[in-house]
Formats: sequence, C-alpha cells, structure tokens
Amino acid sequence: MRWLSNATVAHLRRVAEWPDLGATKYRLLGELGRGGMGTVYLAEDTALERRVALKVVATAASAPEAAERMLREARILAGLEHPGIVPVHDAGALPDGRVFYAMKRVDGQRLDALAASVPLPERLRIFRRICEAVAFAHARGVIHRDLKPENVMVGSFGEVLVMDWGVARVLSDPAPTGSPAAGSGASGATAEGTVVGTAGYMAPEQAEGAVASTGPRADVFALGGILAFLLRSEPAAPRALAAIVEKARARQPEDRYATAEELSAEINRYLEGERVLAHSEGVLERAGRVFARYRAAILLIVAYLVVRTLLLIFGRHS
Amino acid sequence: MTKPVLGLLLGGILGVFDGLTAYFTPEARSMLLGIVIGSTFKGLVAGLAIGFFSKKVHSVPWGIVFGLAIGLFLAFLVAAMPQPGGKHYYFEIMLPGAIVGAIVGYATQVWRGKKLSTA
Repeated sequence: MRWLSNATVAHLRRVAEWPDLGATKYRLLGELGRGGMGTVYLAEDTALERRVALKVVATAASAPEAAERMLREARILAGLEHPGIVPVHDAGALPDGRVFYAMKRVDGQRLDALAASVPLPERLRIFRRICEAVAFAHARGVIHRDLKPENVMVGSFGEVLVMDWGVARVLSDPAPTGSPAAGSGASGATAEGTVVGTAGYMAPEQAEGAVASTGPRADVFALGGILAFLLRSEPAAPRALAAIVEKARARQPEDRYATAEELSAEINRYLEGERVLAHSEGVLERAGRVFARYRAAILLIVAYLVVRTLLLIFGRHS
Repeated sequence: MTKPVLGLLLGGILGVFDGLTAYFTPEARSMLLGIVIGSTFKGLVAGLAIGFFSKKVHSVPWGIVFGLAIGLFLAFLVAAMPQPGGKHYYFEIMLPGAIVGAIVGYATQVWRGKKLSTA
C-alpha cells in the first residue's frame, strides 16, 4: 500500500475546504490567499465571462458575527468608489450558508514584495496614491485601521489598490460597549477595548483599544509605517523623508499630519524639490535642494555669464 | 500665460539684456541702440518659435536643444549681416545667442501655465 505524500494530503485538505459555488454564477479556479476572516479565491463570473476575486468567510469563523463583518466590509467597499480602492461587484451567501463577496481581480504584486525592486521616486508616487485612496475613504467617514504594505496591491499597469477593509471603522457607527472579548457588536462595529490592526503599523491609541478615539490620524500613523517600510531599502534615507515619517508616526495624534492629504502634499513637495514642512533644513541643505531643483536653469545662466565674461576679456586683449 | 507668450516675453527681455552687454565693448558702444533693437527682435522671433515648439513637444532636453539651435541660427543670420568695419563677430554673437535660446527653451518647457480649476 502506498501512502499519500504530505503535500498531497495538504492539497486535498485545501480542496476539501473549497466552497461549493454550484448555485452561484461563479466557477472556482483556485485559491489566492487566506486571512483571519476569510479566504480569497480566484473565480470566473460565468455570466460576464470575467475573472474575479471571491472572498468567502472562513469555515471556522462562520459565526453570525463573522458573516455580518464580511457583509459590512462589502458594504463599506461598495460605498467607496475610487480608483485606489478595490471595487466590489457582488455579495451573497453560498448554499452552505457562508457569506461571500466578489471583487475585482487585481493582477499585480503586493507592495511588500514589489518595493525593493522599484526606485525611490516611483515608490513615493505609489505611496502618494495610497494616501489619496485613504484620504478619499476618510472623507466618507471610513477609517481603514489595518494599513500595511501587505494590504496594498500594485497592478501590472501601475494601478495602486488599497485592500482588506475588514476591520475598517465607519465613523458614524457608535462603538459598542461591553466586553472587549466580544470583539464586535451585532452591527459588526468594533467594541471599545478591542485591539484591531497589525503591530508595527498600529497607532498607540489603536493599540490601547481606544476605538472611539481611533480616527483618521491612526491611519496617518500607519501610512507613516508604510513610508518607513518603503525607505528601508535605502542605504541612507533623505533627512526630509525621515522627518515626514517621524511626524506621521508621532505618539500623540495631534502631533501627526491631520489628514492623509496633508501627508500626500508633503511627499509631493519632496518629489517637486520644494521645502518639506516637517523638516527644518540648514543653509547648505537648502542650497543643495534649490540647485537640484533648478540645476538646468542655473547651469545655463552660469554658462551664459562665463561665455560673456570670456568674450569680454578676450575681446579686449585681441 | 501660454508657452508662446512666455517665449515671446522672455526672449524679448533676455534679448534686451543680451544687447545691452555690448556696452562693455568700447568699440560697439556707438552702435548700442541698433544692437539692442536687433537683439530684442532676434529674441522675440526665437522666443515665439521656441514657445510654439514647447507647446507641441513636451521634453525639457528637446526644448533646450531646440532653443539652442534656433538661437544659434538666428544669431548666425545677425552675425553674417554686413558690418561697417567689414569684420564679422560670429563667436561674440552666436555663442551667447545660442545659450539665451537654450534658457528660453528650458523656461517654456517647465512652465505649466494656467492651472486647471478643480471646482
């Protein structure tokens, strides 16, 4: 008798967990990834003949709270129509009762995998796009609360998409009171005292479970963490960028940038060779920045003055 | 302000200043007015041409190259004109003229003009 290999057993286990999409318009093609709340599958929308990403609530977490949280995520995403936020196409329940939603399938790479292979200016442009998407969500009263490089996809055509809004907070939702262990209320909103997010990217107030005071500045803190991650591969990060990271990741929310837009504007200033507000530069540093910004103009003017002077000197001698 | 208008203005202004540098050459002082008028006219023509080029081609290096070329060409026409003493000042006119053209070429390329309203 031949025993099955460990890899075969693991594969069979995985396949056994695949959802039954028989009663839906979707055809399962494979698995894309797993998270705490659910699994994302690659599927084909047979009606529209296009590939989609299907997020299905995990078997183990099929409690009503998990299903409600998944639907809540789908509704939040559906309300955030922005090029930087992954669009939701559909939501529903599978024959086994598990909740799912279908979203755009993004062909690309996660930011954490891509960052090291991209030059710094391009990384900063990607970061600016993330800030714009987050600022849009904030304007609609939604706080992501789990921003990190792993939750950002960069498409093969350069599109930047902020993913995984599963623990997002809608500011109009009152934070439910009660045991933090409960995690979430019936509405799917996070209970006061519950810690959601990822260590290293979580703002101090978020890490303390202060749900009510976790606002847009908590996302600004996480954005500062993403920026720090993007600068990690630099042998010596420019001081102006280090100052932006420091301000975004200030311990006190009021010391951070008030909005993701402000943070994006700072990055823009850096990219344009303008003075970054978070950084007080010295005379030499300022001169270097101005020269770098207007290098061609300065060199042309100097060339003109040199030519004129030389012509004057040689003209008198001849 | 559009790129051709900027080219026209900048070309004209730089042309005036370029012409005024003739003051530092004693033998040219007597012809200063004519030199300034000629230099200004050359600057206006070059600036206008460079401005239209910048409107069509969006590239700083090509803007500088085109400015340099048109400045050099127009300065050559000026330098080749018959002079009272019979002597031609090719280097003295063409070298600065080309650089002034390059400066206008650069400026018209980086000029963003009127910003679009988002309201």
